Amino acid sequence: MASYFDHAATTPMSKAAIEALNQQIGQLGNASSLHTQGRSVRKAVEEARESIARIAGASPSEIVFTGSGTEANNLAIKGFYWKRLGEDSARNVIIISAFEHHAILDPVEWLEEHEGAHVIQIPVTRDGIVDLEALRDIVDHNRAKIAVIAVMHSNNEIGTIQPIKEVVEIAGDIPVHTDAVQSFGKVEFNFDQLGVTSATLSAHKIGGPLGVAALILQRGIDVTPILHGGGQERDIRSGTLNAPAIVSFAAAAQDAELHRVQRYAELRTMRRYLIDAIRAVLPDIWVNGDIEPSLPGIANITFPGTESDGLLLLLDAEGIASSTGSACSAGVPRPSHVLLAMGLSERDARSSLRFSIGASNTRSEIDHLASVIESVVDRARAALARQ
Amino acid sequence: MKVIAAMSGGVDSAVAAARAVDAGHEVIGVHLALSSNPQKYRSGARGCCTIEDSHDARRAADVIGIPFYIWDMAEEFHEGVVENFLSEYAAGRTPNPCLRCNEKIKFAAVLDRARALGFDAVVTGHYAQMRETDLGRTMHRAEDPLKDQSYVLAVLNKTQLDGAIFPLGDTHKEEVRKEAKRRGLYVANKPDSHDICFVPSGNNASWLHDRLGTETGPIVDEDGTKLGEHQGAYTYTIGQRKGLNLTVPAEGGVPRYVLKIEPVTNTVVVGVKESLAVSGIVGEKAIWCGPAPEPATQYRGFSQIRAHGQPLACTYSTDGESITVALDEPLFGLATGQGLVIYDGDRVVGSATISATL
Repeated sequence: MASYFDHAATTPMSKAAIEALNQQIGQLGNASSLHTQGRSVRKAVEEARESIARIAGASPSEIVFTGSGTEANNLAIKGFYWKRLGEDSARNVIIISAFEHHAILDPVEWLEEHEGAHVIQIPVTRDGIVDLEALRDIVDHNRAKIAVIAVMHSNNEIGTIQPIKEVVEIAGDIPVHTDAVQSFGKVEFNFDQLGVTSATLSAHKIGGPLGVAALILQRGIDVTPILHGGGQERDIRSGTLNAPAIVSFAAAAQDAELHRVQRYAELRTMRRYLIDAIRAVLPDIWVNGDIEPSLPGIANITFPGTESDGLLLLLDAEGIASSTGSACSAGVPRPSHVLLAMGLSERDARSSLRFSIGASNTRSEIDHLASVIESVVDRARAALARQ
Repeated sequence: MKVIAAMSGGVDSAVAAARAVDAGHEVIGVHLALSSNPQKYRSGARGCCTIEDSHDARRAADVIGIPFYIWDMAEEFHEGVVENFLSEYAAGRTPNPCLRCNEKIKFAAVLDRARALGFDAVVTGHYAQMRETDLGRTMHRAEDPLKDQSYVLAVLNKTQLDGAIFPLGDTHKEEVRKEAKRRGLYVANKPDSHDICFVPSGNNASWLHDRLGTETGPIVDEDGTKLGEHQGAYTYTIGQRKGLNLTVPAEGGVPRYVLKIEPVTNTVVVGVKESLAVSGIVGEKAIWCGPAPEPATQYRGFSQIRAHGQPLACTYSTDGESITVALDEPLFGLATGQGLVIYDGDRVVGSATISATL
């Protein structure tokens, strides 16, 4: 029996998204061409743009399609940094939460190493929420020097939703970027109401195809482009528009939004069922970031005395997919920087697994997990004890 | 059996894993990450520590059709192999890190972890043969004399060897490459790894210099007369003749060799070849790969003191802890710290770390 508990990594494409993709992929035309075929594809892209904008609480012109969430995050971080530093050479400070995704952390680190950026990390609480008082303090001390502030909308490893509105209030006229790839389509997300300057969405996290994402960027705000060559998207992002993927993205977003409230309730119940089922056999586990509001399907569990990569291997052998957080480029598992930022010890961070539930999961999959977890944890504990 | 196949990203371990699958085992491929800072984009093949190697191992596992994971053994490797390598050199001995890696990592840390996780054995691409004989399960030299790796495996005790599977021992390397090609493994033509995997430049002396520092000291003859200077005694090996840079010419132009390395006084002693002659070897920390020899009994056999050295006819005996060897013919140049491996024909009896020469 296959039990897929890694929906936060990627989730099955929805039927509507597959149909839309299949329909569009046979259509001839480059959306930038001026002839009939080009216009026909352009129409499909613009309808998709409008649809995604409506669901995200943004204007269509604020949607900039990209090739991935990582690209959108790079565009926002580097784009704001270069733009604002170019306007005022004192603005070289970037503020991010300590537990951002690597798609934010790595470009920021790169700017620090190569472009003279000074990075300040906002600490996070043990519950997994950015420390707003610390942010206020950081902003007060550096206001004139700040290029951009980035705080993720929800954390991909533990699921906690961040107080973005408050971050925006504290930021004042400083641009705020939020990586919303885990939130969009799963919890309430409204670009206008949040007041952020930019946000990242991704198709494949919500049942859309791989290889397409979007940066929502407020009208009238420019960032320095990182890709040049055609200026297809507001002169901010170049590259032929991936029309089939964009159309499919919109179909996935519509499907996700249509079922969002109902799925939230279902997934929250399933998540609780999973945690209770594991705790029934392993009472000493704990759940990281187990607070409201959170993403509905993420359960980040520490299994004391184990190595998570051993757990993952044994669960995988039982047909159960889970996640250990990030690995380095060679694939070496690392203790989660998210859990370390929350104050877990390296030992405990190395003993934690993320289960992320999606619409396709059933109770019998969770029962299957519950039936093997004790023996898996026993073996993983024995393996660690031998070291 | 449920087995872990250690996959370096090279052709040998890939074919070994594939053969384990053919043999009916339930196989999981594991690549050992031995460096916390993998050398990025380095071409060539040194067998470990690179991103390309982990990708190659992953692709081989895909082709074979087995699950694949990366195990982080960087800390164990650093402590057990790299630091030991440095401290042995600093102490004037000549260690063999491959031997240490087999002893401390592949068939200790990895095998222990595998066993705890519910696996029965570790499969590697080493060239050596395990056979069921009258003496039980024993280790023998590989069929391919050029690739035989029984020497670097002789540090494994019986318990470790019981958890070891070497599917390539009966095959010549050339055949293994052909088989890899047949199986669609694109590592088929990947060059063999040489040198020491954690010395990326391949330049041992400069790597040691960077870590142990440069300390000028005297090179003297057997009477203590200074003949030159060196930049660090640890860069010399017993029996070394070239690169001594002696400033005082030898009488009659007789070649001089490194006889002794004295780390405390940072002195290198050189002399004539005859002074290098060794007719007996003492090794400590004996390990038996099969049944242990009776104590205080003289056995006939062969000694080998380098990975691809000649087997030397000898008589040996043990007190259980150490092995004492009397060589039939004297040997010239033998460094302490090297591995002494005893063979009975092609069977590996056991090993010890050379602590003294007689």
